[in-house]
Amino acid sequence: MSILSVQNVTKRYSNHTALDKVSIEVPPQSVFGLLGPNGAGKTSLIRIINQITGPDEGEILFSGKPLSPAHVERIGYLPEERGLYRKMEVGEQALYLARLKGLSRSDALKKLKYWFEKFEITTWWKKKVEELSKGMQQKVQFIVTVLHEPDLLILDEPFTGFDPINTNLIRDELLELRKKGSTIILSTHRMESVEEMCSHIALINLAKKILDGEVKKIRKEFRDQTYEVQFAGNNIAFANALGSYLKLVDTHQDDEYVTAKVQSLNNHSPNEILNQLLPHIEIHSFREVLPTMNEVFIKAVNGTAS
Amino acid sequence: MNFSKASLIIRREYLTRVRKKSFIIMTILGPLLMGGVIVVPYFANTVTDERRTIAVLDESHLFTGKFKSDRMVNFIYLDGNLDSLRKESGSEGKISDILYIPGTESITGLVHGITLYSNKQPSVNIIDKIEHTVENEINSAKYAAAKIDEKVLASIRGTNVEINTRDMENKKTSSGLTTGIGLFSGILIYMFIFIYGAQVMRGVMEEKTNRIVEVIISSVKPFELMLGKIIGVALVGLTQFVLWILLTFGIYTVVSNVLFKDKTEGQQVQQVLQQRMNAVVPAQSLDSVSFQKNNWASELNDAVSTINFPVIIMMFFFYFLGGYLLYSALFAAIGAAVDSETDTQQFMLPITIPLIISVVMVQYVILNPEGTVAFWFSMIPFTSPIIMMVRIPFGVDVWQVLLSMTILVLGFIGTTWIAAKIYRTGILLYGKKVNYRELMRWLLYKG
Repeated sequence: MSILSVQNVTKRYSNHTALDKVSIEVPPQSVFGLLGPNGAGKTSLIRIINQITGPDEGEILFSGKPLSPAHVERIGYLPEERGLYRKMEVGEQALYLARLKGLSRSDALKKLKYWFEKFEITTWWKKKVEELSKGMQQKVQFIVTVLHEPDLLILDEPFTGFDPINTNLIRDELLELRKKGSTIILSTHRMESVEEMCSHIALINLAKKILDGEVKKIRKEFRDQTYEVQFAGNNIAFANALGSYLKLVDTHQDDEYVTAKVQSLNNHSPNEILNQLLPHIEIHSFREVLPTMNEVFIKAVNGTAS
Repeated sequence: MNFSKASLIIRREYLTRVRKKSFIIMTILGPLLMGGVIVVPYFANTVTDERRTIAVLDESHLFTGKFKSDRMVNFIYLDGNLDSLRKESGSEGKISDILYIPGTESITGLVHGITLYSNKQPSVNIIDKIEHTVENEINSAKYAAAKIDEKVLASIRGTNVEINTRDMENKKTSSGLTTGIGLFSGILIYMFIFIYGAQVMRGVMEEKTNRIVEVIISSVKPFELMLGKIIGVALVGLTQFVLWILLTFGIYTVVSNVLFKDKTEGQQVQQVLQQRMNAVVPAQSLDSVSFQKNNWASELNDAVSTINFPVIIMMFFFYFLGGYLLYSALFAAIGAAVDSETDTQQFMLPITIPLIISVVMVQYVILNPEGTVAFWFSMIPFTSPIIMMVRIPFGVDVWQVLLSMTILVLGFIGTTWIAAKIYRTGILLYGKKVNYRELMRWLLYKG
């Protein structure tokens, strides 16, 4: 059963429709990428899931039950537009936000101690937020989001403002939380983190869901018979070898080998392609190239736009 | 409504404000400033300014010895030529002014003929003193010409009727005191609505510009956040108010014991107080007040005993809270609708106007606390917190009070309902210039 099931959700504002019959199933313990161009309706959907606004039509089930205010405590949300009270002390503020999520004071303190020690930031406790750098504030925000050990984590662009080291730190923590049982919804424009982390995605464009499913399957669906061939030999021979079978997409040469990307023109199988090439060049490696999520994204969005 | 979360919000809003340096400073400064309003004019009166020396050049010889020197001015009589005297005194000299009285056949000719030449602009007090002296002389001359005995006239003029105001239980009342109490509590409510309403607005704007608001409303409902802030700030206001009363009382006790051991001095302070009040209240309303009499204190005690303080205090807290809740919800809505303090102006105006109108109407209401104007302004919830509070010490029919209270409660439920709708949409909207049409559209959004 999905931990979150969005069913035919529609949200209209006075002059536009933000979501048009969007349905999404988020499997438990998945890292679910919520993708889409700017203004597609992702934030509207996220706000509806967080019960900040309500849908005009449709229903949302959390662990099979209609979404209710009690579920707030089982969801952790890191919005894209995020901030902290600048004049408040870090510790006091973290405690306040944790308690708003329903933790008792002693529980919250215990958990905060654990995270502050883990991130080695115990010295920040008495500091005012305005004394911290942007990245440091983001760390505090991350802790506050995950502190109450939510079943569902919703993170909107969680990596902005982090240096590569901290990005890795946060990514590892997220994967760790997933291992412990949390489900993560990740809304981001960084397609490399989608490839790296997400097991499932949904792509929203112009208020409609245009694509969803497992990342592996989607990339296979979008494959376009592109192969990467690494060979030794001269380029003219290679060009001859392509014949009417293959189209050259890209080549580059290093000290030893030429690496070329070719696309099959007539749905030939890899073996057939290899047979075509073998007589002409010395092949060192041959593999199918799956489209990157970046390519999938662009292709899918352009497909709906036209 | 989740009360445990709402109480967390109230707690935070309260503690962050009460711990601020500005709160502590204002709490200490408030009573000192209030005390200052009373004490400074008193000392200002006793402190002698630089004494002016006025040379009297009396060519009519009618005023010899009539101008009396005091601690403000020193009159000296000189003979000589006006022009040369003016030249001599033009540079820095002992003489600061020259009072020139031309020669005349009849003293009544002096009504317009007298001139005061000065190095520095003389104060109104000095001019008053001189005019008074001249007027007295002219009047004396007129009485003499009409063969009227001045002493007889003075005794006739001296009639001073004083009406005892007593309630039906034959207790002494004082319309001066009731006016004072009404005025004071009305103005206090006005100040608190403005100061703390603006605090609510700034708090909402802070959360919006900090971008923390979305984090918080994923845990609590926007309405709970708004209400938590409003209640938290109200408690800050009440705390400050109570502290001010305690501090003022403390300071008053200390000051009156240390500074005004002398009874007459104490009375002088009371007189200054009275003058202050005259400046604020239209004079006719206080004509019958007998503050200046010697038995001021005992009469005051009598009058105080007729005033129903428990009722007034209860009413004060009700109208204080009701008015604050009504307005602060609107202030919160403004804070949510705008991105920066400069954008607040256009929305502040409609809120400010009824408050200003209330304060302007206070002086009419005091003159006629039972009138039609007073009645209607004490029913409209936007003006009733101030106007009704001014009326209450005079005694208002129970049905009127109950009606006004009911309307006020309905009024603040109404403004809170409207504000909540604007707030809910506004806090999540960044970088958009909002106008009234846009606000109307927000009101119509569904949940």
